Amino acid sequence: MVAYLFLLVAWPVSLVAINTFADGPGVLLGVLADPDIIVALRLTVVVALVAVLVNTVFGVGVSLLLVRYEFPGKRVLSALIDLPLSVSPVVVGLALVLVYGGRSGWFGPALEGAGVQVIFATPGIILATAFVALPLVIREVVPVLEEIGTEQEQAARSLGAGAVQTFRRITLPAIKWGVVYGVVLSLARSLGEFGAVKVVSGNISGSTRTATLVVEEQYLNFNQPGAYAVAFLLAMVSVACIVVVAAIRPRGNR
Amino acid sequence: MSIEVKGINKRFGDFVALDNVDVSIPTGRLTALLGPSGGGKSTLLRIIAGLETTDSGSIAIGGVEATRLPAQKRNVGFVFQHYAAFKHMSVAKNVAFGLEIRKRPKDEIRARVDEMLDLVHLRQFAHRLPSQLSGGQRQRMALARALAIEPNVLLLDEPFGALDAKVRKELRDWLRRLHDEVHVTTVFVTHDQEEALEVADEIVVINEGRVEQIGSPDELYDTPANDFVMSFLGPTTRLDGQLVRPHDVEVTTAHSPGSIPGTVRRALRVGFEVRVTVLTDGGESVVATMTRATARGLDLGEGSRVWLRSDCLAPDVPEPLAG
Repeated sequence: MVAYLFLLVAWPVSLVAINTFADGPGVLLGVLADPDIIVALRLTVVVALVAVLVNTVFGVGVSLLLVRYEFPGKRVLSALIDLPLSVSPVVVGLALVLVYGGRSGWFGPALEGAGVQVIFATPGIILATAFVALPLVIREVVPVLEEIGTEQEQAARSLGAGAVQTFRRITLPAIKWGVVYGVVLSLARSLGEFGAVKVVSGNISGSTRTATLVVEEQYLNFNQPGAYAVAFLLAMVSVACIVVVAAIRPRGNR
Repeated sequence: MSIEVKGINKRFGDFVALDNVDVSIPTGRLTALLGPSGGGKSTLLRIIAGLETTDSGSIAIGGVEATRLPAQKRNVGFVFQHYAAFKHMSVAKNVAFGLEIRKRPKDEIRARVDEMLDLVHLRQFAHRLPSQLSGGQRQRMALARALAIEPNVLLLDEPFGALDAKVRKELRDWLRRLHDEVHVTTVFVTHDQEEALEVADEIVVINEGRVEQIGSPDELYDTPANDFVMSFLGPTTRLDGQLVRPHDVEVTTAHSPGSIPGTVRRALRVGFEVRVTVLTDGGESVVATMTRATARGLDLGEGSRVWLRSDCLAPDVPEPLAG
């Protein structure tokens, strides 16, 4: 088990770090001085934050719906939520182009007429990122909601708390760690999304090119050190997320 | 405040949980809803609290129509079997919850919380989390939390069901004393007849979604309305086809008018009493209980010939001619 994790995860990821600093910190600093790469990094962060925000609000809402309410089509909804995990991101990207594409999309021309460009622009990238990371918050929150049951919420109601007060003061604190973990997973996933973003972004350097696309572009242009440097930055953010959660999360509390 | 329940019906799918239930609970009393599991008593309590809706019928609390009122507007205190403690809040915060929701001034809340914690003897645990308390302490905290809002009525759903026998008994006595102090109209659900007989002023026996009988513990025990109430409220046996209490069966070694002959099959001593199983000549197996001294005086053993009679039977049994 340890060897498996080492060979598959730890060693390759650490090689990225080793390769980044093989010729000293100069490469990393050089990358950070490239204005196009700075734009790409900033775009990645903005897209990831917006996608995570949307998925958190939506995810907690859908989790409550799935656990606390009975309605026709519940099983279908639950299955649908897993779809983004099973469909290839490239397919997701193409599907979004079919719907929101500016020229021939089902919905795109109308939006374009209203002055909103989705595909080959930031909204499209956010959509694609949110789509692929959609189930992560829900899959973390649903089991926690099921575990805490409804008695605490009923007690709060009988003590005079309304729906919003009950959610804010009882439900949310109880599912806090599920939400935090879901957010971190979503953030890591959103920062690293490649396939869907590549299709919908148009990959325009200095405008709609995200960090993962920079890695590919640098690699294909035989600039391996540059590719390693950006890859290292992406990996660092993800590792940092997980370390931070592991550090602040109380022991035995989930 | 009084509770008036009229014509309540509730179904869960095909299952009829409550079937046209009428109950009137008087002000300031401690009332038990007693019945077997799945009989509908918890459902009735939850409907009174507004945690469950009715299919038809009406509820009034303190004379105010409450049928369509949501739980948070009914001002009832509700205590759950499994405490429903707010796990992320300290004991004091749990008790303060209802008052904070009502936006009472801070010093008033503090004073009220202290008063409540004194009442349930948890003052020294004010800053602990519920997970650091025992089951009995958690339930007392839940009770303080429910009482802090000065509820119109206090509703307890199997409040001692999750506790072990000793703590259960302590808390039961304590609830009785607390009620004598606080006087809030209290309704508690239990399937334990001993608990109901010991604690309640009045008992409502509920079975299969219907009210079987309402009355004081003495009334229910002495003049049960039907065989179900009789058998639910204590041990019973059949003598000459009639349901009687085993301690009401009189065992003699000499024939007397109206008595039924039989043979002792088994004499079992349980603590302070002796439980005798007699097979009558008519083929009926009857259980009689008596004190050890009585059993010794009769010199009962397996195979002894005995005659059985019960005072309860006397009026129904024609007196044979003396002889």
